[in-house]
Amino acid sequence: MSYDYHEPHSLDDALALLTRFGDDGHLMAGGTATVLLMRQGLLRPAHVVSLRTIDGLSGIARTPQGGLRIGAMATHRAVERSDAARGYSPALVDAFASVATVRIRNQATVGGNLAHADPAQDPPPMLAALNATITVRSPRGERTEAVETLAVDHFTTSLSHDEVITSVLLPPILPGTREVYLKFLPQTADDYATVSVAATLRFADDATVADVRIVLGAVGPTTIRAKRVEDALRGARPTPERIRDAAALVRDEVDPLDDLRGSADYKREMARVWTERALAALTR
Amino acid sequence: MSTHRLRFTLNGTPRELEIAADRLLIDVIRDDCGATGTKLGCGVGICGTCSVLVDGELVSACLVPAVFVDGRSLTTVEGLAQDGELTPLQDAFIRDGGFQCGICTPGQLIAATALLREHPRPDGREVRDWMMGNLCRCTGYYGIERAIMRASGAGGQSDGRGLGGQRPPSLS
Repeated sequence: MSYDYHEPHSLDDALALLTRFGDDGHLMAGGTATVLLMRQGLLRPAHVVSLRTIDGLSGIARTPQGGLRIGAMATHRAVERSDAARGYSPALVDAFASVATVRIRNQATVGGNLAHADPAQDPPPMLAALNATITVRSPRGERTEAVETLAVDHFTTSLSHDEVITSVLLPPILPGTREVYLKFLPQTADDYATVSVAATLRFADDATVADVRIVLGAVGPTTIRAKRVEDALRGARPTPERIRDAAALVRDEVDPLDDLRGSADYKREMARVWTERALAALTR
Repeated sequence: MSTHRLRFTLNGTPRELEIAADRLLIDVIRDDCGATGTKLGCGVGICGTCSVLVDGELVSACLVPAVFVDGRSLTTVEGLAQDGELTPLQDAFIRDGGFQCGICTPGQLIAATALLREHPRPDGREVRDWMMGNLCRCTGYYGIERAIMRASGAGGQSDGRGLGGQRPPSLS
């Protein structure tokens, strides 16, 4: 590692530095992923621009509409300990609390996690299932993007080098909605998931499924939205048989790799099992 | 590479250093400050041996850029005992056999200190969840859990499941 380190005191100053350095610059939030990548030589920036000294990026609060806004520099544990986050969705808190260990969660940030675009991370599937969007600042102004479409490949996002995630916005959850985050961990509790399933489901008055969103982690180059499973359930009564048949469709939607956590075939099968379990939990 | 003036307190003592941008906290603590109680284990944030407190928050010193602690307050294992008086947790580690070879012990003590500050009366599950990221290659987990439970005022009573989640062999 060998780089110049910069601590701008405003977002505008950070954007000016990123613009000046172009591809030679790299943002650092909590630093957990960036430090590891730099030490492994996978990332060799000439300039590191820290967001540490910029105020106002770490708040967590409910919105007037009943949603939740999380500042990009909020740590995972800040979400875990936030009454506002727990009041919004306990499943969201579960997803952040599932990441690694207390030490990592004290340092790693919400925005950094999304920018890192690791497909096996816990928060992105849950945020996508809850229809979260990110707010992004650049010298060209502000834009929003769905968490679901932010990652485009392994460790790759649609963000350009001069864009900074400033916050994550979660919309109000409609009454009658249930949410769940399940993480399959056959080895140790601080491991990455073999497969994870985040899902939200809302019943209509006639006990059919009014809406359902299912997003899987660790079984593709990005998080995977299980749209065929969703389509098979929407408008239907979620009987155990219907759930079993719908969950089986996920096998063709995921795109896992063979690795230490199992073969691609095994993960495909576990995606089916854990999708069925998530749906069962939401319809009990 | 840029250099940076760093001001922080280490176990209550103010420190001021000039460091290169890419220095990691673990190296500054050990090499620049000479506080070698904190050990470097895996170097990738997994094993917990380099656990330290930054403004009271538990982190892996091997993953923290040293520039991040400017203006902060650091606690390492050397900062637990006051005037030669061990903390109840340190005392419990000795009495309950909370260590074997000792390499992981500084990190275990720091992690458990953070746990007891946040959950003064943890149950066995909370202890295991919190301490899960501090590895002991001697597998001395039952003693560690017993020591933490004793220090919390639970008199060394745990639910007997141990940090590994399995029932221990009969303990004499």
